[in-house]
Amino acid sequence: MYDMYRENILDHGMNPRNRGILDPADVDYEANNPLCGDRLRLTLRIDENNRITAVGWDGEGCAISQASASMLGEEILGKTLDEVRQIGKQDIFDMLGIPLSMNRVKCGLLSLKVLTVALYGLGEWHKHEAEDEE
Amino acid sequence: MNQLDKTLPYDVEAVRADFPVLSQEHHPGVPLIYLDNAATSQKPLKVIEMLDDYYRRYNANVHRGIHKLSEEATAAYEQARLKLRKFIKARSRREIIFTRGTTEGINLVAQTWGRANLKPGDVVLSTQMEHHSNIVPWQMLATEKGITVRYVPVLPDGTLDMDAYAAFLRDEPVKLVAVTAVSNVLGTINPIKEMAKQAHEAGALILVDAAQAAPHLPLDVQALDVDFLVFSGHKMLGPTGSGVLYGKRELLEAMPPWMGGGDMINRVTLEGSTWNELPYKFEAGTPSIAEMIGLGYAVDYLEALGMDKVHAYERMLTEYALERLEEVPGLTLYGPSADRKGAVATFTMDGIHAHDLAQMLDAEGIAVRAGHHCAMPLHDCFGIPASARASFYLYNTVAEIDALIEGIYKAKQAFAR
Repeated sequence: MYDMYRENILDHGMNPRNRGILDPADVDYEANNPLCGDRLRLTLRIDENNRITAVGWDGEGCAISQASASMLGEEILGKTLDEVRQIGKQDIFDMLGIPLSMNRVKCGLLSLKVLTVALYGLGEWHKHEAEDEE
Repeated sequence: MNQLDKTLPYDVEAVRADFPVLSQEHHPGVPLIYLDNAATSQKPLKVIEMLDDYYRRYNANVHRGIHKLSEEATAAYEQARLKLRKFIKARSRREIIFTRGTTEGINLVAQTWGRANLKPGDVVLSTQMEHHSNIVPWQMLATEKGITVRYVPVLPDGTLDMDAYAAFLRDEPVKLVAVTAVSNVLGTINPIKEMAKQAHEAGALILVDAAQAAPHLPLDVQALDVDFLVFSGHKMLGPTGSGVLYGKRELLEAMPPWMGGGDMINRVTLEGSTWNELPYKFEAGTPSIAEMIGLGYAVDYLEALGMDKVHAYERMLTEYALERLEEVPGLTLYGPSADRKGAVATFTMDGIHAHDLAQMLDAEGIAVRAGHHCAMPLHDCFGIPASARASFYLYNTVAEIDALIEGIYKAKQAFAR
């Protein structure tokens, strides 16, 4: 019944990791999901080897969007930008561990959208979205 | 059998039996509880059957043929128009323009009456509680014609600031008031008759969004003295793709047409064309024939029940719902008290985002809506990113409200840590 809200989502949603805006930050980007009021702001510190050394984020919204940000933040910490670029939509779905209905996909993917646009630009994010257009 | 049942204006179980969608299970052992009526209503079997009947028996284009089927289709289509005229007590069937819904109706007025009559500096007075369909078309017009759109503020109790309304009319060159009869989020029933009077005294016209009013309250456009009124068929037991724009005849006569094409013309030559009479001037192309006929049967269903009975029943339901919702710790309700609102209960929960709440309620078979309900400015005004909305109609029951409350408590528990 509450499979949707498996322990890991509730846990990340209620006890988010890496919460708190970094200052100074090398990357600072915010986006929202206009459909439901989810908002995410992501800040990153990156060293000279293009490795992410610190992650800090802030936002409000449904448990799925916040949990996704929390999990993704943990995932990218310590990774290089090239490694992070490989993260795709399916990875997010696997991370969350639940099937997302069409209406909730945007909630779950907001974190990936913010990350992708922040690091690689809107064009890169559109490539992710284009996968759906058949 | 609780206290409420003894005083029901009609037999709600008998009514429910008319709606095939309502008898299904959401999943094994859990009945569907449909509380998203402000989004769209379910349809009685009669309406569904009449759609089928049209396509099976007498489908033909209207206004264009002499043959038997086209005569029958035209008669049924125009019959529906008469039913709608009666439903809102308009003076003439020429004042009933068939549209695909409320949004289309408002855009029609903005692009015809608006374009022809508004000049730079004029003000269209909307409100902070409007649905986007009664905000965006005016904003689009503002960009195009250099007019200004202003908004009557909403007070913390969910009613319109009538002092501010009067001040706007007094101090600004308001040419049109665009206001909702019943808020789709707060449920607020606005004092339309009074607002129309004040608008007219200030030299302004008034357009009323009746999308949430027509399904639930008796309407009398002549008594209200509104200039334009719009509503959607799908929210009042009718098919999607059906709706009405009502306009005072003199206004509609003076307005240029909207879409150009077949049926809205009188004579077409290569040099130019002349327009058909009302209402056809605003009905270009082959209309949603089946849908309007279906809407006519929806009106029949509502008239048979009686709109005052529908309103009375929903009022009882809403009072009960608000009472029970108010008891839930950590739940905030938005909008006025039950006596000043329609059948809508919008709320937020401490610590649970509306989306998650709606998802959990869905798991219990309960359909509510979560988000901003096409009213972002209103949510900004109340400082909330999203809310959950339960909206009732003539076929909902007290038991369903009890189930809603139970579901909310279950969600609270799941998120309590």
